Amino acid sequence: MLKKEDKIFKNLYGEDDWSLPGALKRGIWNNTKDLISMGSENIIEEIKKSDLRGRGGAGFPAGLKWSFMPKDSGKPHYLIVNADESEPGTCKDREILRNDPHLLLEGCLIAGFAMHAHTCYIYIRGEYYNESSNLQKAIDEAYKSNLIGKNACGTNWDFDIFLHRGAGAYICGEETALLESLEGKKGQPRLKPPFPAGSGLYGCPSTVTNVETIAVAPTILRRGANWFSSLGNPKNTGTKIFSISGHVNNPCNVEEEMGIPLKKLIETHAGGVIGGWDNLLAVIPGGASVPLIPKSICDTVKMDFDSLKEVQSGLGTAAVIVMNKSTDIVEAIARLSHFYKHESCGQCTPCREGTGWMYRMMNKMIKGNIENNDIDKLLDVTKQIEGHTICALGDAAAWPIQGLMRHFRSEVERRINENISKREVA
Amino acid sequence: MPKITINNKVIDFQDGMTVMQACELADVEIPRFCYHDKLSIAGNCRMCLVEMEKSPKPIASCAMPAADGMNIKTNTELVKKARQGVMEFLLINHPLDCPICDQGGECDLQDQALHYGFDKSRYEENKRAVKNKYMGPLVSTIMTRCIHCTRCVRFSTEIAGVDDIGLLGRGENAEITTYLEKTIESELSGNVIDLCPVGALTNKPYAFQSRPWELKKTESVDVFDGMGASIRIDSKGKNVLRVLPRLNEEINEEWINDKTRFAIDGLSRQRLDKPYIKINNKLEATSWDSALKLVASEIKKRGAENTSAFSGKFSDIESLYSAKNFLNLLNSEFYDCRFDNTQFVAGHRSSYLFNSSIQKIDEADAILIIGSNPKWEAAVLNSRIRKAYLNNNCEIALIGPKINLTYKYTHLSNDISYLNNILNEKSDFLEHLKNAKNPLMLIGSSAINYNDGIEILKICAEICNKFNIVNESENGFNILNQNISRVGALDIGFYSKNFDRDFNGSLTQHIKNTNPVVFLLGLDEINLSSLKDSFIIYIGHHGDEGANVADIILPSPAFPEKTSTFVNIEGRVLQTTKCFNPIGESKEEWKIFRALSQEFSEQLKFNNLKELRQEIVKKFPHLNQLNTLPDKSEVNFAKSHIIDNNEIEYNIKNFYMTDSISRASVNMANCTKEILNRVA
Repeated sequence: MLKKEDKIFKNLYGEDDWSLPGALKRGIWNNTKDLISMGSENIIEEIKKSDLRGRGGAGFPAGLKWSFMPKDSGKPHYLIVNADESEPGTCKDREILRNDPHLLLEGCLIAGFAMHAHTCYIYIRGEYYNESSNLQKAIDEAYKSNLIGKNACGTNWDFDIFLHRGAGAYICGEETALLESLEGKKGQPRLKPPFPAGSGLYGCPSTVTNVETIAVAPTILRRGANWFSSLGNPKNTGTKIFSISGHVNNPCNVEEEMGIPLKKLIETHAGGVIGGWDNLLAVIPGGASVPLIPKSICDTVKMDFDSLKEVQSGLGTAAVIVMNKSTDIVEAIARLSHFYKHESCGQCTPCREGTGWMYRMMNKMIKGNIENNDIDKLLDVTKQIEGHTICALGDAAAWPIQGLMRHFRSEVERRINENISKREVA
Repeated sequence: MPKITINNKVIDFQDGMTVMQACELADVEIPRFCYHDKLSIAGNCRMCLVEMEKSPKPIASCAMPAADGMNIKTNTELVKKARQGVMEFLLINHPLDCPICDQGGECDLQDQALHYGFDKSRYEENKRAVKNKYMGPLVSTIMTRCIHCTRCVRFSTEIAGVDDIGLLGRGENAEITTYLEKTIESELSGNVIDLCPVGALTNKPYAFQSRPWELKKTESVDVFDGMGASIRIDSKGKNVLRVLPRLNEEINEEWINDKTRFAIDGLSRQRLDKPYIKINNKLEATSWDSALKLVASEIKKRGAENTSAFSGKFSDIESLYSAKNFLNLLNSEFYDCRFDNTQFVAGHRSSYLFNSSIQKIDEADAILIIGSNPKWEAAVLNSRIRKAYLNNNCEIALIGPKINLTYKYTHLSNDISYLNNILNEKSDFLEHLKNAKNPLMLIGSSAINYNDGIEILKICAEICNKFNIVNESENGFNILNQNISRVGALDIGFYSKNFDRDFNGSLTQHIKNTNPVVFLLGLDEINLSSLKDSFIIYIGHHGDEGANVADIILPSPAFPEKTSTFVNIEGRVLQTTKCFNPIGESKEEWKIFRALSQEFSEQLKFNNLKELRQEIVKKFPHLNQLNTLPDKSEVNFAKSHIIDNNEIEYNIKNFYMTDSISRASVNMANCTKEILNRVA
């Protein structure tokens, strides 16, 4: 279990004062100037050394991503913080935004400095109203105390932070759709290449990063990359906020070491599965977009990027959705399909047309109201979407269904057969 | 040169190409829906997916820049599956109503489904239905067929410069719409019909008229403005059913304006099909023989040497040449083409040409527009100016009343005398002119139709010389003539000193003094009351105002019914193609003048079209060079003057009804009503 002193998010539960005085007490903004004086290259080097991987879902090495920003492009550079947290089951950024906003702001300054950006936009989910008002207050405090703004923290680096509220579209959490939305256009993902580091916001070099990734950066620099990488497993280092929801006795957010066994995570922090561990049916380990894993895998799997990838799932946002045996697993996945159908932006063909088709088939499957070979048809449709779309929403819509069929195909078949025999009787 | 491997074939490509373009170089066909050469890349249809080595996912070839050493495969199982998948997705919600769809037979979706799709459907859910949208009198919509390629949206925002079409909603509820279902307010709106790869946007007037394979397709040249856009005329029997643009990078790219496309219904209305004689103030049909006899006797009676001829907007070189020579045989020089009083400097071809060439507008970085509304005078040319505005940050300024040109411009003045300020360097816009690499000046007819039009031309030339608009290598002095006939008419000398500077005044004087026989070659756009005392012979194809006042009407074919030579605004010689025989008894103008000359002592020498053309080309050798730009000409008539104050007034009041054909068109009347909110 993660030791108390190794926790990065000291006010995750909002027990302490979230505003500047409280933040200062927790050591935020303490020696920011010294951290900045390390210089941009050293900061990025240190982040690389820590093996920090992006906390937004894809798990791309953060230091590497920051290093993609050109050194001297002659254009303004932008740091964009993706606080459009909308992945079903995920509520980790929310706690940072409302309970420890200064941690994020300090990270913004350091990361912004490292990538030569004088401007940072925080794109916050529209529904996070209270969070955005806390964050805005924190930004105002930071400006007032000259922690950001002109000559931020006395570092001679000018740094502005702007808060932008979204309008309630899941797709705007995709980095290029977020950029479009930020520019005032319709939130539809862009084609890549060009990647944002080359041509992002307003055609200028930009990096879009998750809230948690940015928020852990100052602590990594303070305590050193070695400390961070000593936690967790190789390539899957550090701590991570897990959002545990569903059929557990005590749904919660908790900061834990990467690679903690799933069973231990649920039993220690969430009070165990309702009805006991043996009552567990399946877990979606990383937010709605990753395939579920059945109990047999949950027994042993470790919660990190690579371990979950090995079992054909993913860590995603580390939003653990626990489902016990009272769950209608087909209906649960059908509900996710509805979500993706609803949130597809409609730009590219496979996702626009495919998500609706998948949802309708899934919906029939709840009652088994289809033919047996339709399972293969559905799987074929998921394959036709996966990898053929502009952004990853298509993949995200396909994977939960693939996960369901991988582990619970017999359940679906049972329903179909039951239905067929019922029809025959009639 | 960088190299790329496509299906194991190594080819060279140019930097900046996309994978799709490289594939085309390698003769590998890539299916596509959303990609279009002239529009920005959307990459949303996903039909063009190909396999790239080292990429786990297939890539969209339309959007991926080709890079040295890439290895692309388009014939693998993965690509085949991907195309089949996309095709299936496109078809599941498509109504498959090809038998009643106007796009049938020329539909990208139909063609590609045949090549790349499944042979049966696996979709067992209900199909989506989408409400049709109102887009005006020209574009008909069946939105259930839409595949969301967004070509129409990109065309209207990028090329046409209007925000009238957009995509609303998301996911499977995304719909192309005109927002509040209003008319697309663009002169280029018809092009979305060609761009639409399916039958979602179709030609409203052409709805259910014909199938593409039933049509006779004739490649020809547009006559509705001075550009001479390349078009294809689709006809069935003696009806022109539709007009489509042909690709011509030098003139119209792939676009035509709505008048060119939709005014053709005017070709079958108000037509003059027989010779008519006015008896007791009533026009009565007669035979060609008696009509020509009467014309000849009137000429003799009223004095042959005063016989006059004035040409209209569609007069081709053949008509003009035969009319001019006929009058010359009668010792008359009273002929002119400048019915709108647009002036030029005699002896200087460059004083009435679009010297820079239309294509050069693409490179322009500063344009001074004087007394012209290019959006109405040459709508497709205006889209080039917009292109320069978007791509080169072209600075544009206008002298003339403020109008919407689809791009930002600096409004300098309403008054033509502002030219004095420019010449004397008292204008802010000079900064842009001086700093520009490729500056252009664009002078409209409305700027030079004053009595001192010649002086205005000269001062414009002076400005061009002074500010490097005209130099040794470039000639940016451009006159934007409004009709296809004008440049050719001036080229062969169909004008007379008698009508210089003040056409209306001198015409009235001439008629009053001599009471002559007047030939109107399809001319309706002058003050006809000034012809009161003359004997009017109207040679034309439409019963418009000229025919109303005529004493004799001699019917002639309209543009699809004859082959004609025209010279466009750039001085490029163009030839139209005949689609079908003339309607009724109408005869080509040159035949009429040839027959008339039979009644006089000397005759015109040609006996058929070939001989006529040989004679023309012998006299005017440059007319033999079809489709080529003339050599760069000098602008050496510059002279500085002080220009008098004169508020500019654009001479086109209604884009949709500028000539006898479009005035007879119901489509154009509908546009006038719906788009300009005027009574036609």
